[in-house]
This record gives sequence, structure tokens and C-alpha cells, in this order.
Amino acid sequence: MFPRPIQQASAPAQTAYKTMLPIALILWLLPLIAVAIFSIKPATDFTQGNYWGVPGSVELFNNYGQVFFNSDMPRYMLNSVLITVPTVIGAVALSAMAGFALGVYKFRSNIWVFFMFVAGNFVPFQILMVPVRDLTLDMGLYNTKTGLVLFHIAFQTGFCTLFMRNFIRALPFPLIEAARVEGVAEWRIFWFVVLPLMKPALAALAVLIFTFIWNDYFWAIVLTQGPDAQPVTAGITSFNAQYRAAYHLMSAGSIVAALPPVLMFFLMQKHFIAGLTLGAVK
Amino acid sequence: MTTAALPDTDPPKRGWYKRNEIAVTPWLFLAPAILFFAVYVIIPIFQSFSISLYDWDGLGQAEYIGLANYQELMNDRAFEVSLWNNLKWLVFYLLAIPAGLFIALFLNQTVTGIRIYKSLFFFPFVLSQVVVGLVFAWFYLPNEGLLSNMLALVGLGPVNVLGDPTWATYGIILAGLWPQTAYCMILYLTGLNAVDPEQVEAARLDGAKGWKMLWYVIIPQLKPATFIAFVVTIIGALRSFDLISIMTNGGPFGQTRVLSFYMFEKALSEYGFRMGYGAAIAVVLFLIMLVFIAYFLWSMYREEKGH
Repeated sequence: MFPRPIQQASAPAQTAYKTMLPIALILWLLPLIAVAIFSIKPATDFTQGNYWGVPGSVELFNNYGQVFFNSDMPRYMLNSVLITVPTVIGAVALSAMAGFALGVYKFRSNIWVFFMFVAGNFVPFQILMVPVRDLTLDMGLYNTKTGLVLFHIAFQTGFCTLFMRNFIRALPFPLIEAARVEGVAEWRIFWFVVLPLMKPALAALAVLIFTFIWNDYFWAIVLTQGPDAQPVTAGITSFNAQYRAAYHLMSAGSIVAALPPVLMFFLMQKHFIAGLTLGAVK
Repeated sequence: MTTAALPDTDPPKRGWYKRNEIAVTPWLFLAPAILFFAVYVIIPIFQSFSISLYDWDGLGQAEYIGLANYQELMNDRAFEVSLWNNLKWLVFYLLAIPAGLFIALFLNQTVTGIRIYKSLFFFPFVLSQVVVGLVFAWFYLPNEGLLSNMLALVGLGPVNVLGDPTWATYGIILAGLWPQTAYCMILYLTGLNAVDPEQVEAARLDGAKGWKMLWYVIIPQLKPATFIAFVVTIIGALRSFDLISIMTNGGPFGQTRVLSFYMFEKALSEYGFRMGYGAAIAVVLFLIMLVFIAYFLWSMYREEKGH
């Protein structure tokens, strides 16, 4: 193990390490802690210039209540859910199939199709912006959740296919061979042999894509406008415009907007990290 | 000879699909993904190339103007500034890799509660860039912000990071480094977990320790993690848009623009709907990215051949 386990170090070094841990963490999360504190302060603190002193009172329920019951925030959150969930299902379904095709079958153009997905996944969004916006307008899907979902599915399929294909490559191939010898149809091999083995990959991708799509901002402002279709990342800017300089509400709003992916991460941590670090070890 | 004698072993008449099952199935499975990807990713890339040769406001008739958009770019001060800022992003964003490795080394211990520390250190990565941008914009506020207030404790005057044309870009990059370092950290923590303990022990017996051990024994074994960290950091640097849009909206005096932001501004914001000019900027950004994409694919290709 590297670095050398701290248990082998001297007692003072161990104590030093254990005190440094929480201090480092607080420094690391300092900007976030500041926002959390802002979000429970009363409005009067800000008008009186008491930014960093002791809060005049704790207005946790008032501030967050404002966000939930007195703004467009719930609508934006609902939009985000309605954009994110179908995208996750669509992208995972498409890429499971594509990953199966690229991972199991040997055909001449296999690697080129694979590289097309990988390369497309690295492309800067801006090169797609004008044509995709135009296409969405032509289909009558501008400013709809569907328009956003369709694009997200297509774009995420690149990364997801890369992931799925590499995962399937690592599965025991004799299992598939055995099924073929038995005369099992190819689509049944996919459904009954490969898919059950892919559960960890499906879970990992689902949480990753959920986070990526929830946090998307660029496409939200390119393809939607207004509270009918905009997700929370774009909505928060209008929310902030509405409550300009009301830092207690703006911070509460940001925390609410950030919460779903954070919960997702802490609940599904194992899958999340497995997904992010795939390929980080040989 | 014997085949003629055994006519009933002839395979029963099978459909075209059955006969070609192995060859056709992969394409059936690929079809939906390829269709979506082609329509929304591959074809638009070529369309952007074509649009960049037109003068077009997005609604009316597009007028073919050849390379005029690109000629205009050559003399565009704002484009030059954006290009330089992209370079700053590329260089400084890569600091996430050593910083991530440093934190990973710090946290790679087995004391009580270390798992919670690891998750909390990773946590910024899960936040959306919009929230990161807001959090840092407030952190940098000249009077109300925590940074100025902390500086005041040691007797330094208030600073207005985002209002200063020289420092604003670095302030934004620092905000971007926060989640990116977390990402690199988690890659390295996973990599460190897989370092061969026997090699480490052998190197220790040979007297290697500290920096030497890290440089000659550990880092070579972390190569796959470093490669991924490099790929995601480069892509992240060239994609930077959200933070700039949230924190400064390109200002002050357009000094924090990067290509991705300038392109959006030209094509879609109040500066007029110049789709062709915007597309030309996007093409330049794409060509820069293409250098890296080619390198990434080449590395992956070698890897594939190796197997």
C-alpha cells in the first residue's frame, strides 16, 4: 500500500493526520458551507450587512418553504425529472443493444462503428448547436421536454455504448458460445444470458446519466425557454433574477436544485464510482 | 459420396434471417443507436461546416459567402481573446490531475470514517456546474463574499476577483478545478487501490521511499487512471461554458469569453443571430478538439490491438 499506512507511523504523526482530516475537509467544502449558512439566515441579516456573523435567527423552514411554495422551483424540478428519467431509460436501452452488438459480434466494421460512438462523445457541443436547434425547431419540438430528451438520448448513447461494450467484452464469452450451440436465438441470448449479467453496468450507467442530464445547462438554454419546459439548472437563473440580492433565497434555491443528484450519489455510491472509474485500472 | 446417400440430413428449409442470423443481428441491435447518433451528432457536425460558409440569421434565406466568416475571425479581437482564454483553460485545468493525485494520496489510508471523508471530498463533482458557479460567484463577492471577509481578517483589502479583467478567468478556472480535482481524485483512489503491493514491498526493501517511490514505482502503475484523467480534463477544459455563463457572462469587457461561449453569444444571444459566424467559431473549436480526439482514439486503437 502506498503511502505507507499511517498505523505504522509514530503516535504524534497519527494524531496529526487525524486532526488534519477534518480541517482539510472543511477547507475543501468551505464555499459550499458558506452557501448552506446563507440559506438559513433571515433576510434582515443581509440588509443589515451581517453576512458572516452569527445568524440573527434560523429561518430554515421559512427560506426553504419560500422556495417550495412561493416560486416556480417545483415546476422546474418536475421538468428536470421528466427530462432526466426518460433520457436515462432511452440511453441505457439503446446503448445496451449497441454495446451487445459491438461486444459480442466480430464483423469488419466493428471497431469503426465503435470509434464513431467514442469520437462523437468527445465532440464539443457547440458544433452541434446550430443544426440541432434547427432540427428541433423543424420538428416542432423547440421548447418541449421531448425535444431535449431526444437529443440527450442520442448524445449520451456515445458514452454509454463505450461503457457497455467494454463491460460486455469482459464477460465470459464461452457462456454465449454455449447458448449458441444449444440453438438459442441471438436476441434471446441478449435478453436471457447477457442482460442479467449486465445489471451492475446498467445500474452504474443509470446513476451517471441521471447526474449528467440533471446537471445539463447548455442544452437547456439552447432548446428551451420559460417554466413550461426548462429544467431546474436553467430555471435557477430566472429564480435568481426574481430574488436578486436575496441571498438567503438564492442559496436555498441552489441547494434544492443540487439535491437530487447528491441524494442519488450518496444512495448509489458504489455504482456511481464503479461507473466513473471504469478503465482506471487494468 | 455419403451426402447423396443421406438426403434427409439436409437442413430444413430456413428463412433468410435464420441463415444470416449471425451477420444480421449486430446491425439490428445497432440500428436504433446509429440512427439517433447519426441524426443528432454525426450529421450536424457536417451541417455546421456547411453553415459556416453562409451568412444566415437562422430564419431568412441563407446567403453563401465562402470563407468570409473565417476571414472576419482573423481580425476579430474578441475571437483572439477567446482563443487565448481557451489556452489558459487547457493549461491550468490540467492542474486538476496533480491536485487530484495529491488528495488521493492524502486519503489513501484506513482510519475510521475514511470512507465518509472520501465521499465528501468527491461530493463537489456531483453538483451541477451552475451551482458550482453560483457558489463561487458568491464566494468571490467583493464585500459580502467569504473570500474578501477572510482576507480582511489578515488585514488585506477586499478583492473583486470576477470584476477584474486580468483575474476573472483565473477565478473561474479555479471554480472549475474544484469538481474536476474531485473527479481526478476518485480515479486515482481507484488506481491506488489496484497498485501491486508486492512491487511496493520489493521497492521498499530496495530502499525506495517518498518521492522516488511515487515517481518510479507508483505513478507508472497509475497510467490507466492518468490517461482517463487527462481525457476528461481536456474535454472539460474545452467544453467550459456553464461556469462562464453563470459567473461573469463573458465579462468584464468580454475578457472571460472562451470559444464555446463566444460562439453561443454570436449565434443565439442579444448580439444578433449570426448562425454562420457562430458555426465558424464552432468549427475552429472542433478542429482544436480533433487533435485531442485523434490522439485519444489512436491510444485506444493501440490498446485494442494489444489485446
